Amino acid sequence: MEERRINVVVNEEPKSVDVEPRLLLAHFLREVLGLTGTHIGCDTTNCGVCTVLVDGLPMKSCTMFAVMVDGKSVTTVEGLGLPSELHPIQEGFREEHGLQCGFCTPGMMMASKALLEENPNPTEEDIRWGLSGNLCRCTGYQNIVKSVLWAAEKLRSEAGAISR
Amino acid sequence: MAQALDEIKIGGLGSSRKRVEDDRFLRGKGNYTDDFKLPGMVHMEILRSPLAHARIKSIDTSKAWQIPGVHMVLTGEMAAQHNLAWMPTLSYDTQAVLATDKVRFQGQEIACVCADDPYIAKDGCEAIVVEYEPLPPIVNPWQSQAEGAPIIRDDKEGQTDNICYRWEVGDREGTERAFAQADLVSKLELHYPRSHPSPIECCGSIADYNSATAKLTVYMTTQAPHIIRAAVAIVAELPEHMIRIISPDIGGGFGNKVPVYPGYVCSILCSILLARPVKWIEDKTGNLISTHYARDIYYKGELALRKDGKILAVRFHCDSDNGAFFSDAQPTKFKIGLIHSAFAAYDIPYGYMTAQGAYTNKAPGGVAYRCSFRVTEAMFFQERAIQAAASDLGMDQAAFRRLNLVKDDQFPFRTPYGFLLDSGQFHKCLDVALNAIGYDDFLREKEAARAQGRRLGIGISTMTEPLGAGNSREYDILGIKMFDAAELRVHPSGKAILKIGSQTQGQGHETTFAQIVTHELGIPAADILVQHGDTDNTPFGMGTYASRSTPVAGAATAMVARKVRAKARKLAAHLLEVSEEDVEWELGRFHVRGAPSNGVSIQECAMAAYGNMPDGMEPGLENNAYYDPPNMTWPFAAYIVTVEVDPETGVWDVLRMVAVDDCGVRINPMIVEGQIMGGMTEAYAMANMQFITYDAEGNCVGSNYMDYLLPTAWETPGFELHEVVTPSPHHPIGAKGIGECAAVGGPAAFVNAVMNAVDDTGVRNIDMPLLPDRVWEAMKYKRDVSGAPPVKSDS
Amino acid sequence: MYPSRFHYEAPRSLDEAFGVLQAYGDEAKILAGGQSLIPLIKLRFAAPACIVDINNIPGLDFHEEDSDGSLNIGALCRHRTLERSPLLRSKYPTMSATAPLIADPMVRNRGTLVGSVCHADPQGDWASVMLAMGGEIIARRADGSERAIPVSQFVVGPFQNALAQGEIAVRARVPAARGTRTGTYLKLERRVGDFATVGLAVALEVSGGTINRAGLALTGVGPNNIQCTAAEQSLAGKSLNASTIEQAARLAAEAAQPKTDVRGSAEYKRHVVYTFVTRALSNRQASAA
Repeated sequence: MEERRINVVVNEEPKSVDVEPRLLLAHFLREVLGLTGTHIGCDTTNCGVCTVLVDGLPMKSCTMFAVMVDGKSVTTVEGLGLPSELHPIQEGFREEHGLQCGFCTPGMMMASKALLEENPNPTEEDIRWGLSGNLCRCTGYQNIVKSVLWAAEKLRSEAGAISR
Repeated sequence: MAQALDEIKIGGLGSSRKRVEDDRFLRGKGNYTDDFKLPGMVHMEILRSPLAHARIKSIDTSKAWQIPGVHMVLTGEMAAQHNLAWMPTLSYDTQAVLATDKVRFQGQEIACVCADDPYIAKDGCEAIVVEYEPLPPIVNPWQSQAEGAPIIRDDKEGQTDNICYRWEVGDREGTERAFAQADLVSKLELHYPRSHPSPIECCGSIADYNSATAKLTVYMTTQAPHIIRAAVAIVAELPEHMIRIISPDIGGGFGNKVPVYPGYVCSILCSILLARPVKWIEDKTGNLISTHYARDIYYKGELALRKDGKILAVRFHCDSDNGAFFSDAQPTKFKIGLIHSAFAAYDIPYGYMTAQGAYTNKAPGGVAYRCSFRVTEAMFFQERAIQAAASDLGMDQAAFRRLNLVKDDQFPFRTPYGFLLDSGQFHKCLDVALNAIGYDDFLREKEAARAQGRRLGIGISTMTEPLGAGNSREYDILGIKMFDAAELRVHPSGKAILKIGSQTQGQGHETTFAQIVTHELGIPAADILVQHGDTDNTPFGMGTYASRSTPVAGAATAMVARKVRAKARKLAAHLLEVSEEDVEWELGRFHVRGAPSNGVSIQECAMAAYGNMPDGMEPGLENNAYYDPPNMTWPFAAYIVTVEVDPETGVWDVLRMVAVDDCGVRINPMIVEGQIMGGMTEAYAMANMQFITYDAEGNCVGSNYMDYLLPTAWETPGFELHEVVTPSPHHPIGAKGIGECAAVGGPAAFVNAVMNAVDDTGVRNIDMPLLPDRVWEAMKYKRDVSGAPPVKSDS
Repeated sequence: MYPSRFHYEAPRSLDEAFGVLQAYGDEAKILAGGQSLIPLIKLRFAAPACIVDINNIPGLDFHEEDSDGSLNIGALCRHRTLERSPLLRSKYPTMSATAPLIADPMVRNRGTLVGSVCHADPQGDWASVMLAMGGEIIARRADGSERAIPVSQFVVGPFQNALAQGEIAVRARVPAARGTRTGTYLKLERRVGDFATVGLAVALEVSGGTINRAGLALTGVGPNNIQCTAAEQSLAGKSLNASTIEQAARLAAEAAQPKTDVRGSAEYKRHVVYTFVTRALSNRQASAA
């Protein structure tokens, strides 16, 4: 059985692991590294619950092979906040009831993170467009949109505090 | 004097406290079935039939066994040796676990492979060679009843046709008399398309049979762990006390995760055979094509009308397409669920209905997809028929409803089909909704737009539905009466653990059930841990579906808290050195009658229960309660949608969506609103895009998320929510079910709005989903558009 | 969800890539964005023996105008880049309108235009855009030689392209415009991110109100993307008015070869082609999508 050594930084921790080429990135994160916050929801690159950041951009980890992140950095939901402190996006989802069953939430938050980095002051429409690759069956999205708006405001005020 | 507790501040009734579940989900630390890894665990994958109807000539598994890393290749023949090739369904039929004789729908389970990892298990499935002899596929009830149609269930002795049940209810003769007196009879025929609840998390299980202790532990995606335990005991012939079902975090259920599926059974059998844990995680296609669908009912109905608009009687027939096995998850007495709750919101003296079920070569099911057993279909038929009747009478659709809706002074109200509505303010809800949308203004706007060639439309849906089965006299599943239980233990320091038999899949029970205890005992919600989902460690419950949790398990929770409070009162009397009659309760505290400053807190009572109880009193502060509801709760909703239809393409956009819900007392308003918005999104999905159909060959169209369309944040409309509160008179805290109202009542509001936008065409019906091509066809040819399978094609 | 086994190569240069192609022949499959290929592999509809991941080859992630005014889009240029490109926004309205309509934001972060055209999915949007703009795919061989294949000849059937064994599609090229580009992409989809029920690419090159060159192509209404040659010819040398628009719309609708399926009847799809052409040329926004 063919295996390849990959070197990848996951949530700021360097990893060096032998993997089969056919192993999907989502399975690598979940099964090999035990980072089960990244979920798997569909087979066809539609649902977005497996979304992680690869070199800062959100990608569907079910539609990449683990061998393809050799030399790259990956951020999963486990790398979003700190054990002691939630990231403003996590806080926003809690404050605005942006989650119910929680299954889509990690992917939704990772997509939101990239969205807010590119556009710190999004409109409701920007958010709805930016999250159009992430399906949620529970919430009806309205509270997810509010959650991201909440996080955007908090991130802006934090950035403002720092720049002052 | 001690300051009175602020119930909202301590997280009691009416508090929008943030969810205690959230922290783990937000950090990626949820525990879903697929997140568990047990020592020695192997992975199971299922081989499914590519054909809808075929005789199996041979199954050759030899190549699969040769693949390194494969530990088990299980076929129906092997399962039969353990009496497990077939299993009973929740509707007293049988369902194949692994096919032995025939395959009866595309996606049916044929074999499964256990291996070191799921990749190898899939390799194993691919290496199995099956020889089929194709048989003609049947994809709708009419084909199934046609002369010469093949008998799908030739495995059943005495089955000579493709009919799986016949059912009727109501007053046939009274209804006939009423129809004879009608000035006008309004008729409507339509199909509620097949749908799938499609939680994002698919089904899965980890069966762990310990051969040393003979204990079977199953981690699984189930909404009803206690029922599953009973079912596993029956199916696998294992002693019930040696079965432990653990239902961890569930990634959405919506009814899909109530039944017992072949995959669960196979993982259990493989674990027993291999004496090691076996994990099965379904893929999306497997979930969509084999696990239980919902809806797929043909309605043919008529309303007897007096010319002033009064409805005199209703009569309808339903043909349900039940797929290859009759396995609706529904109470025993009712063969088409509670579909006879249709028209319950209206004061109609007479009603009669009949129903018939057809076997077809489609996936089995008929689950209560975000509804109380076929109630979604009932309310859709009702609201479409009401709109058609108003239009036939030339009456305004709001005025017609106002004339016929049950009035406040008529409660409790008995429907012609035998239900008893508990309470409501139907007219007030409708008025709030009409005001919110600006009904009259919109009608003027619509006329003005029509003059410019634009098509606007407004749709109303008003409905009540029965939520929270049983009572136990009428409702049972597999002979087990429908009630729920709760156990409450207050520890010496006044912190408590509540154990319930229901199972959350996102509804936030860990948050809201604590709030009920807070309301009853004054213990801050943050001091109450709610446990559920482990049959060894929670009391019996029928599960979470059909909006049962708050009406039944929530009531059990209130009742057990009251039992605990009754004992605490004795302890308080002891501590205060007065007689029990002289002790008065206020939230969180007992005081001496007439001397409010002389009191003890519930926490002090708890400590006394362990350290200072009166002589002769049994120590401890805990109890349990089984709650058998006297009736179901009847929430009411008025939904109004406005749309604009593109006359050239048939594409329609939602302009506004107003929802007025009366679900009685709201335990956590934030969560209630979350439930309404989620349900409304599914309603929109159903009306707009989400359905499963079949082609003439029996291939499932909608077998993955490229074809089975779920709305995204982009097209999902914003919702405007309003509330009316009519407490349920029989529920201990006045609450009613809410998880499903919007999904039940919503679809008709969207469809009625589009139909209203084309009301000059004479078109009576366009079947859901209202795909642009269907709306265009209706406008262009001024004809009804059917969406019944098979899918139209050129060939 | 669990692919078959394959051999994996991640060459660091085109030369290395050609070496792998030589060794594995037609068993090798090039992977760029992978957003169409990987789902097929996951579902085991495709099971290539060798995957050649070109993502580590430098110099392929670009889009820029040549000195002759032609636009070149490298094989690793992502939809994301095109979606945000100021160059496209100012000078290539058809492409600029298309990029945000490809799949969803995450897929656009990864997928490529060249890969999409190579995949030759009849429901792919970019092939229609390239047809309408007279685009070409530049195929490179191991010896460094290149040939330009017009997209009209490059897509030879559903999921089939004209690349010969040992060739790699290194970039797409859009020739310089004669005049100012106008145009758009209209897509009727059942939901955002869906494949097109009907897609229409319109690319006009106009000077002084006269159409020097008209490009019209259709997505989702035939066994492949369809170039509406007759409609294009009817517009060339003319200006847009009610009658030329009507004629082009009619000819485009005639060029469509739709099939009745779950997305709608053939008649409906043909009607939408007509409506879209009318709207696109009348500069009206489609309410679709």
